[in-house]
Amino acid sequence: MAGKRSTRPSPQTALARNSRDRVEVRKTYKQYVGGEFVRSESGRAYRPDGAVNVPRGSRKDLRDAVRAARGAFAGWAARTAMNRGQILYRAAEMLDGRRTQFIELLGGGRKAREELEQAVETLVWYAGWTDKIVQVTGTVNPVAGPFFNFTIPEPTGVVGIVAPEQPALLGLVRRLAPALCGGNVVVALASETMPIPALTLAEVLATSDFPSGVVNVLSGQRRELLPWLAAHMDVNAIDAGGCTPEEVAAIEKAAADNVKRVVKMPAGELSPHLITAFMEMKTIWHPIGV
Amino acid sequence: MAITKRQAAPLAKQTFEYAPAPEATDHIRIQPRYGLFVGGRMLEPHSKKRFPTINPATEQKLSEVAEADAVDVGRAVAAADKAFTSWSRLAPSLRARYLFRISRLIQERARELAVVETMDGGKPIKESRDVDIPLSAAHFFYYAGWADKLEWAFPNRRLRPVGVAGQVIPWNFPLLMLSWKIAPALAAGNTVVLKPAETTPLSALLFAEICQQAELPPGVVNIITGAGKTGSLLVSHPAVKKVAFTGSTEVGKLIQRTLAGTGKRLSLELGGKAANIVFEDAPLDQAVEGIVNGIYFNQGHVCCAGSRLLVQESIAKPLLEKLKQRLSTLRLGDPLDKNTDIGAINSRAQLEKIQGLVASGVEEGAEIYQPECRIPERGFWFPPTLFTNVSQSYRIAREEIFGPVLSVLTFRTPAEAVEKANNTPYGLSAGVWTDKGSRILWMAERMRAGVVWANTFNRFDPTSPFGGYKESGFGREGGVHGLLPYLELT
Repeated sequence: MAGKRSTRPSPQTALARNSRDRVEVRKTYKQYVGGEFVRSESGRAYRPDGAVNVPRGSRKDLRDAVRAARGAFAGWAARTAMNRGQILYRAAEMLDGRRTQFIELLGGGRKAREELEQAVETLVWYAGWTDKIVQVTGTVNPVAGPFFNFTIPEPTGVVGIVAPEQPALLGLVRRLAPALCGGNVVVALASETMPIPALTLAEVLATSDFPSGVVNVLSGQRRELLPWLAAHMDVNAIDAGGCTPEEVAAIEKAAADNVKRVVKMPAGELSPHLITAFMEMKTIWHPIGV
Repeated sequence: MAITKRQAAPLAKQTFEYAPAPEATDHIRIQPRYGLFVGGRMLEPHSKKRFPTINPATEQKLSEVAEADAVDVGRAVAAADKAFTSWSRLAPSLRARYLFRISRLIQERARELAVVETMDGGKPIKESRDVDIPLSAAHFFYYAGWADKLEWAFPNRRLRPVGVAGQVIPWNFPLLMLSWKIAPALAAGNTVVLKPAETTPLSALLFAEICQQAELPPGVVNIITGAGKTGSLLVSHPAVKKVAFTGSTEVGKLIQRTLAGTGKRLSLELGGKAANIVFEDAPLDQAVEGIVNGIYFNQGHVCCAGSRLLVQESIAKPLLEKLKQRLSTLRLGDPLDKNTDIGAINSRAQLEKIQGLVASGVEEGAEIYQPECRIPERGFWFPPTLFTNVSQSYRIAREEIFGPVLSVLTFRTPAEAVEKANNTPYGLSAGVWTDKGSRILWMAERMRAGVVWANTFNRFDPTSPFGGYKESGFGREGGVHGLLPYLELT
């Protein structure tokens, strides 16, 4: 056999001897909807950096994402606070595990590393809040009568998040984490100019044990998607912290159709008040007697 | 002397009529005409326009109140803006003192306020006397105490008041809604311009007198009267930094749209279509009382009224028998009579709205029940009404009627009850009646409503946050949560 050349190349021959010869296996970037990675139903793509094709999400993609989110809401809200905390913490683990990849995606260097560090820290911080927010913001109310009366925060439902254009990863994580922490489900619009970190974050979330549909990430053009997200009758709240004043005005106007909550806290905010901004206070009365 | 068995038998068969028990009105002084309360004084309106406010039980004019125009609104907001600088910087413990004073003055003038509330709005005197006015005083007392303790409520944050609050309130609980709005706003250091509803302005104008009596600094509270136009001028005034509205979902959406992009803070307390759910193990007699209180309290002019009764199928028949029996004992008539259960409908417009929706219920195929009751010749009245055979798609099961009209639906399983209860764009309140504790908590967890009453209904307290989910609005009134709409946290 020695010396006889095979007509079929062995797999080894496709492996590069050095990196210069390597033919990279590229990734097709996809949106994350209902637990699956999907292209836009519209079949469209755009190239924000002039090279990589990114799905250009459509109104129908948005509706699909809201439907998936609504379907996942009851289950996610019913998870124990501890379980939600564990899943958020797992997301931090998964993100940290891919630090090299993310730092590269964010352009490398100290700034990129810091953004990654802060994104991981944000997830860890909110992971710890899931089982404390009720204790810190809930109350037992001393009403003037023989009643047991208490108030607890509950998730508001489907939250639309408009990620700020920059920082592309941290901006999204800072809003995603508090909304999920409180038990909401999310439809997020990635940064239009830098969608890749958000779409890659979706891969992190997909391996963090979030049930399908709890987080959905769309990419595309804001001016195409935002009006439909703001007007959607099954979206309960919108985070407009990453929007321009003109966009905020348009969102607020459309939000009135179903009395959406529009959250406008500064994008850099880390606060339990950001968790409760996506929550409703429920007060329960019961008589006391024998 | 003990009653013997022979004497008791005919007594038991006798029907006892209630003797009239009218509340005295001779101590009430309603002025023939009122101005606008701006900068601590009653001013003649720039508009020079006035409109009558009537007693809906007699249709007699009680007084004429001013209709504030853009200039009047501007003056009131300017007065509030001017007062804001000193009021927001006043030592919090001194702000508290004024609020405590106001609370005490409401208690001192309680009967007067109750009678005026009943004359102007048509609600039974026993409700204005025992619910509206005491709760109003309690609300001021509660928030008075918060004024100098705010940093304990929101630790690790810098707090400051928002500024001038423009507040628009409805006609169903005039003084109580005023208190819900003004007390937390002032405690947090804001100043206010408040517009009461056009059909019930009088208790707010009496409250203006109370502010004078309390020597509240001029401009901290301003009361302007008028209709929707005045309200819209107020909420869209550029110097108003915070808008608080209680009223219909339709107007609430309009306000939310108007304020889009202005950066103004907004809280809304809007309509409701609450489910009151009765399980087969509920104590039926108590549930019947709760159902009656839930929908016939204040003629059903209650945003959190239990207007959809969901009864477990197995007990629908006996429960409805008891309920119909109980309805026949409700006394409709003179709101000033201490025995009256159901007073006058607040206005002709509201009466027509109720009549229209009730007609739609009959037309769509629901079965109507109204006990025999004598309707007074003058005034606006509607008998307590109950609909059975109601489908979820009927207007009477979907739309807020804001009248003494109950729609009865049935269910078989707890899951079905939850499904039906949540099948509404509203989410203000809900009720559940069952003897089983675990089921109460299970239901309370699943009902998408801001207030859940279990084995009780329509209870209110200043310490207890109130407000809606979904299209019933956002923001809470009452409790520590009720301070948030009036504070900037940084």
